[in-house]
Amino acid sequence: MSAIDTESRGRGNAKVMNRFDITKRLVAKLKREEAVVGGIGNTNFDLWAAERRPQNFYMLGSMGLAAPIALGVALAQPQRRVIALEGDGSIMMQLGCLATIAHLKPRNLAIVIMDNAAYQITGSQPTATAHGADIVAIARGSGLDKSLWADDEAHFERLVDRCLAEDGPWLIATRIDAQPAVAQTERDPAKIRDRFMRGLGTRE
Amino acid sequence: MTGSAAPTVAGATRPWHEIMRDVLKQNQVRLATYVPDNVLRPLLDVLHADRDFTTFATTREEEAVGIVAGAWMGGMRGCVLMQTSGFATLANAIASLAVPFQIPVVMIVSERGTLGEFNWGQALTCRTMRPVLDSLAIEHHTISRLDEVEFITDRTIKQAVMTQAPAALILSPLLTGGKVLKK
Ligand SMILES: Cc1ncc(C[n+]2csc(CCOP(=O)(O)OP(=O)(O)O)c2C)c(N)n1
Repeated sequence: MSAIDTESRGRGNAKVMNRFDITKRLVAKLKREEAVVGGIGNTNFDLWAAERRPQNFYMLGSMGLAAPIALGVALAQPQRRVIALEGDGSIMMQLGCLATIAHLKPRNLAIVIMDNAAYQITGSQPTATAHGADIVAIARGSGLDKSLWADDEAHFERLVDRCLAEDGPWLIATRIDAQPAVAQTERDPAKIRDRFMRGLGTRE
Repeated sequence: MTGSAAPTVAGATRPWHEIMRDVLKQNQVRLATYVPDNVLRPLLDVLHADRDFTTFATTREEEAVGIVAGAWMGGMRGCVLMQTSGFATLANAIASLAVPFQIPVVMIVSERGTLGEFNWGQALTCRTMRPVLDSLAIEHHTISRLDEVEFITDRTIKQAVMTQAPAALILSPLLTGGKVLKK
């Protein structure tokens, strides 16, 4: 059994945290122009609220595609760390991408799942995780060995440090509360894309 | 089976899939993602065999669109290969990501559902493809002859990049031979 297997207490014992708070903790650790791809709705709203970094990409309507978009960035720029932020409902819609990522093994990619057990933005209908689906178990079954539940904020921060220092791909799952996002992203896709490309150095 | 012969850059006659690989390469396309199709097999084979390309299958076509979109923003050009039924799953990914964010995702679609189709589902799916592309004002061209492959592929990629818009190349059975029911 590897250290990874014993490191987390699992979903049942994970502390319910707050999305904006852990997004701020994550962003505060980004010192090397790491790219962050926010998922539909709340994950990108709280990312926008945490800090308007040029290396943030705010996806607007493509539910489930945060991790694939981040994978593309990671393949194109292997020297840069890339982090996808995704909701539980969204990742459940595109589970196959976990197996694709496990196959390609991008060392510079991490996925952070914000599991509130609900499709919060459409009215908080329960998702599959409310009925027992465990995203870390699914990720491991897809071949992503470095998949863990964050026990609490301090553990989350330690895991983020590891994602930024050690080879991935990583998946960190967090349980979060029902607080709505604290702000809304500016909805200007061309501008978002252009700013992101400048942030990544692919546009002058 | 693969259309009429055409002179190529080297002056020799080559099949459509080799021409297409070379044109993709000349246009700095380095990433090829796909959900497979039998008619695309020769192209997928030469892409896999060529170390200049990162070639892999995804579990869904929209996943492939997401990956190619991300790669473009990171400075790597890519394409998505699929059959007609795969394109039919893409309206949301194209309309919410590639078009509004102005990302030149190049889609290469092997056309099923016409010219001898035996599967009614494919035939109906095929009829949704061009209306969806037209409704989003996406540039698309159908390649039906070997002598068109180089020009259409090359110009379509260049225009997609220069106008920052997705584009589709539809490979007609007239070019590829399509898929026929084996008795
Ligand atoms: C393909 C598709 N289906 C449905 C929707 C509607 N939709 C938008 S956000 C969302 C819920 C997302 O849930 P989750 O990822 O868990 O994030 P949360 O809202 O809980 O933060 C849904 C169903 C959509 N945008 N796209």
